[in-house]
Formats: sequence, C-alpha cells, structure tokens
Amino acid sequence: MSYLLIVGAKSDIAKAVAREYARNGYNIYLAGRGVDEMASFVTDLKVRSGCKVQALELDVLDYASHHAFYEGLEEKPLGVVVAVGYLGVQSNAQSDFEEAQKIMDTNYTGVVSILNIIANDFEKRKSGFIVGIGSVAGDRGRKSNYIYGSAKSALGAYLSGLRNRLHISQVDVMTVKPGFVATAMTEGMDLPEKLTAQPDEVAEDIYKAQQSKKNIIYTKGLWRWIMLIITSIPEWQFKKMSI
Amino acid sequence: MSLNSWGMYPQVENNVLRFSDEKVLENIVKKSDNLIAYGNGRSYGDSALAKNIIEVKPHNYFLGFDEQKGLLTVQAGVLLSEILESFVPRGWFLKVTPGTKLITIGGAIASDVHGKNHHVEGCFSECVESFKIMLADGVVVNSSREENPELFLATCGGMGLTGVILEAQIYLKKINSKYIDQITIKTKNLRETFDAFEEYSGSPYSVAWIDCLAKGDEIGKCLLMVGDFKDDGDLSYTRKGGLSIPFNFPSFALNNYTVRAFNWLYYGKVGKRVSRQKVEIDTFFYPLDAIGNWNRIYGKGGFTQYQCILPKEISYDGLKEILRTISDSGKGSFLAVVKLYGKENANYLSFPIEGYSLALDFKIEKGLFELLEELDKIVLKYKGRIYLTKDVSVSRETFEQGYPDIEKFRAYRKENNMNNKFESLQSKRVGI
Repeated sequence: MSYLLIVGAKSDIAKAVAREYARNGYNIYLAGRGVDEMASFVTDLKVRSGCKVQALELDVLDYASHHAFYEGLEEKPLGVVVAVGYLGVQSNAQSDFEEAQKIMDTNYTGVVSILNIIANDFEKRKSGFIVGIGSVAGDRGRKSNYIYGSAKSALGAYLSGLRNRLHISQVDVMTVKPGFVATAMTEGMDLPEKLTAQPDEVAEDIYKAQQSKKNIIYTKGLWRWIMLIITSIPEWQFKKMSI
Repeated sequence: MSLNSWGMYPQVENNVLRFSDEKVLENIVKKSDNLIAYGNGRSYGDSALAKNIIEVKPHNYFLGFDEQKGLLTVQAGVLLSEILESFVPRGWFLKVTPGTKLITIGGAIASDVHGKNHHVEGCFSECVESFKIMLADGVVVNSSREENPELFLATCGGMGLTGVILEAQIYLKKINSKYIDQITIKTKNLRETFDAFEEYSGSPYSVAWIDCLAKGDEIGKCLLMVGDFKDDGDLSYTRKGGLSIPFNFPSFALNNYTVRAFNWLYYGKVGKRVSRQKVEIDTFFYPLDAIGNWNRIYGKGGFTQYQCILPKEISYDGLKEILRTISDSGKGSFLAVVKLYGKENANYLSFPIEGYSLALDFKIEKGLFELLEELDKIVLKYKGRIYLTKDVSVSRETFEQGYPDIEKFRAYRKENNMNNKFESLQSKRVGI
C-alpha cells in the first residue's frame, strides 16, 4: 500500500488527516519535530487501521536537512500533506522581527524548501499529489494577523504556481483554506460554533477533495462565500474596519 | 461555553475543564470540587452536569489490541463508533453495545450500559477487563475484578462519581458479517408481547418498539425485533454520512397527532405477524444515530427519557399500569422501547435487574413532571428502579428503594473522600 507523508504531523489537523488516510488504506509517514512525542499517536494509528506508520524527525526550519530527509525515505510517498502552521502573536511580530521571521519561515520558507524537493521527485515520476494547508487569513490581510496571513498568502501563490507547472506531469496540487478550526492553535479563542470545523471534518474534506482532484478548497465550505464577501469590500472601506 | 446533556434540559452554566495530560488533570482534581467527567454528552439528564465539567472526549487514542484475546486497550474518550469503524472490517464487534454508538468508553463504563443482548451477555462491565482511573486525591490506579475489586463494583455504573476514568481494556467479540438476520414479530397487546419475548429468548438480540398511545385491549401492542449476526463473510462496514437536524424544531412540531402518525406508520408497515429482514449493523443497533442531533426535534425546551425496570414476576401488571397512565395523560412518546433483561450484576449502581424495562421520551412541558412523579409512584409500588443515565427528575425515595446497594456506594465514596470531590447535579438531587 502507498505511503502518505505528513509534514508538521503534530498538529491537530495533521493527526486527523493521518487517521483519515490510514482509514482509507494508506501507510503513513509522520514527519515533525520531536519524534518521541509522537510515539503514542503512532500506536493509535497502527491499532486503529492496521497500517504501517513511521514517525520521522523533521524540522521545517532546518532547510539544509531536507534533502537528506527525503532521500532517507525507503519508499517514496504517493502523496504529501503539509500541515505546518505557526500562528505566532501578531503584536509581538510587529515589534520583534525574530517572531515575524519565525512566522514567515515556518509557514512559507520552510514549506517551499521541502516541497521543492518533493515536487521535483513527483514531476520525474509523473505521479503523486501535494496538499498544502493555507488559511483564509491569506485571502486578505487584516490588522489582527497579517504577518501570518501574508505567509499563508505567499504559500497560496506558490501552490498555484506549482499546480500550473506540475499539471502536465499528472501531479495534483491542492490548496486547503481552513476557516476556524477547533485545535490547540485556537484554544481559548471564542469561535462561533457554526463557522468552526472540528479537525476530523477538515480531514474528511481534504481526503474527499484530494481524491477527486480539486484545486482549491475552503473548509468549512461556507468560508468560500464569507471570504468572497470579505475580499469584495473596497479597500477604502476595508481599511477602516475591524474584522 | 457551557455544556448540555442530550436532553438539553436542564440548561445550566458550567466551567469546562480540559487537560492535556495526567499531571494537568491531577492539578484540576486536587484544586477543584464539584467535578464530574463528561464524555460525548449522550446521557439524557443531569448525571454529567456539574459546576465543573472535565472534558474527557479529546483523549481518544487507541493503545493496543491483542488479537489472540480480542482485548482492546483505549483511552476513555474513544467513541464506540470509532471502534466499530476500525474493527468491524477486521471481524470484531462490541460484546455489549447500547442503542447509540456515539458514546465514549468512559461513559459506557460509568453508566454500565446495556443493549439488546442483556439477557445473554449482561452489561458493558462484562466485557471490561480493567480500567485506569484518577481518584479524588489525584492518584491514578488500575481496577479490575482482581485488582481494587470494590472500586470496580463502584465505578461500573457509578455515574462518574468515583473518579475520572482514563483508559480501559475491553474484550471484543468475533463476527463474520456486517449483516443481521432480523425477525420482526407483530403483537396485538402486552400479553402477546411478553409471550413473544419468552418465545424468542434464545435469540441473542431482542428489543420491542411499543405503541404507547394504544388504548384498552391494545395496550402494549408492539413490533418485537430479534436477530443474530449472519455468517456470510461480508465485513465491508464503512462510515456513512447521515441526515441531521440542523436546528431545534419549533416545539409544536411534536404534538399528540404527529406522535400518533409516527406510531401508526411504524406499526402499519409490517404486514405479517412474523417477517424476516436482512439488515446492517447500523440499522439494527443504531437506528437513531442515522439522524444526527435527533434530540432537536423536541424543540429547544428539551426532553427527557423515562426508563424504568420492574422485577419480572410483576412486570406485566406494572407495565400495564404505567402504559395506561401514560396513555391517559395524552403525553405521547416518540419512542417507546420494551425489553426483557437477564440477571442483575454485583455492581452497586448498575441499572438492569431481571425483568422488563420500558423507555419513553417526553418533551419537557407543563404537567410533565407531575406525570413522571405519578410514574415514579408506580415504579415504587412494583419495586422497580429508574435508569440514572436517562433520569432528570426521580425523587430520592424512589431512587433509594430501587437501589438497595446505595448505602455501600455512599460508604465507599465517603471512605475514599470521593463524595466531596465528584458530584453531579443528579448526585446532589437524589443524595448519592
């Protein structure tokens, strides 16, 4: 059975994605920082699905290690889901460039580094799929999280270009834009229930959309329309708003 | 954010406490009181409501499976539905399952749930090898029939009042099909219903849906459904997206006429006295799970389920009196379920005793609690008991008479300082 590689495997969305793909017969590579912390989740996946699971050490910010990481995979994956995300604290990032850089590098630079390598391999093989998890925050910069948003926006443009380039090689690239998701990242925020997805709903949406070769999805789907409205507000009006 | 129970009544403010690991939970347990563990919120009444609610559901890792013994180890937040998704395709099923798969393992133990095979397999605790629980002093201990046996008796069916269940080992049973051979028997009155239960008592699964608005000679007429797993090797069980009720129905949607129409439809669709069907696991065991949030059909005022059980030898008279009282009241139940149970177990607060149980839903409305009080009196008279997992209104007197082991339970809680630590609205109400 084919492997799915999940980059940023410790996030709640990543775990839900791992369960969803394992349930559907995939073997799983879980890549992230702190393999030891993933041990019990590896067991969970194995017991649940009977699939093969390996936890692999990977730091998206350690660009130099990415080649060796990918070369080291015994069996190359059929697909990859990049679920790396670092929200950071906007107010800190405005005054502390290190924080700003960490947000940009985690959400964008590091992802580009690892995906470049994988994309080249998939292109050569003329098969595979790439799923990148962006954010609705990337659709329009807002004062509350525009540094995070700009990194996710850049990721969106990168994935769009990759999709364009790899189309001819039968490699599918999908951009996922989750709205609110009830995860550790949003713990403590007062999120509206009807607009907030559970991680397993997001994972189900991703699996279904990826299998049917979608290009860009919002999850929950309602966010497509919310973002359509938000991006349609004229800039002279938008700049005065707090949303 | 406050959590509700399945009946959406009562609605009360509560603090939801989350924990990332045992250390954090230990702190919570040591520092707070008025605590109760909360799983998937499927108990109907106020048994999982308290000032401080500990959310266990996020702790849902599978920890191991011993293929030889069929022994599965999971964290307490794992849902039965997750076990089915993983294990039915591999030829395993729950030894005991209630009528919903959307409950956690922790909840299943705390309520010592039972199902259509109670007369053969007993309660959920029968399939529990052991569990891990955090006690009132924040210490985590194991409990089984051999290790800390009194804790086992108190915790299985103990409504979360002994601590926070963290992990459990449960036995699964082998199956060789996702299909059940179902036989449906249509009866004309309560006597026929009882006779049919006896006649089919050799069948491993049985339950009856009863038309509780029937009057006079027709009181107790039912559709009895019995069955067992087929042996055709088809285990292709998958998750299905079902319907869901997206909002609370206006409360007038469920009046006497709609209930009557539903019952008529149900009873009318079966022609012959005895008929056979081939049905899937979800249809047979979990018919209501196909409609997500079906609790919303009763409107935002909420509802309750009244479930009582009477000793077998006097069940007939007792159920007849209860059904007559309900029928006279004109308050109808969407669901009325009757079942013959097997022997009771030794757990202090487990619900089942050998006899017939009746379960009905009621919309919360004016006059309901007076009716329930009347029903309680009948239960008291016939020496029966009320199921705490469903209950929202039972009096202390009716509760105490129904559960003679309550004194042992109280003493055990006191001895281990659990009584000042773990409390639900229900435990306070009935003085557990």
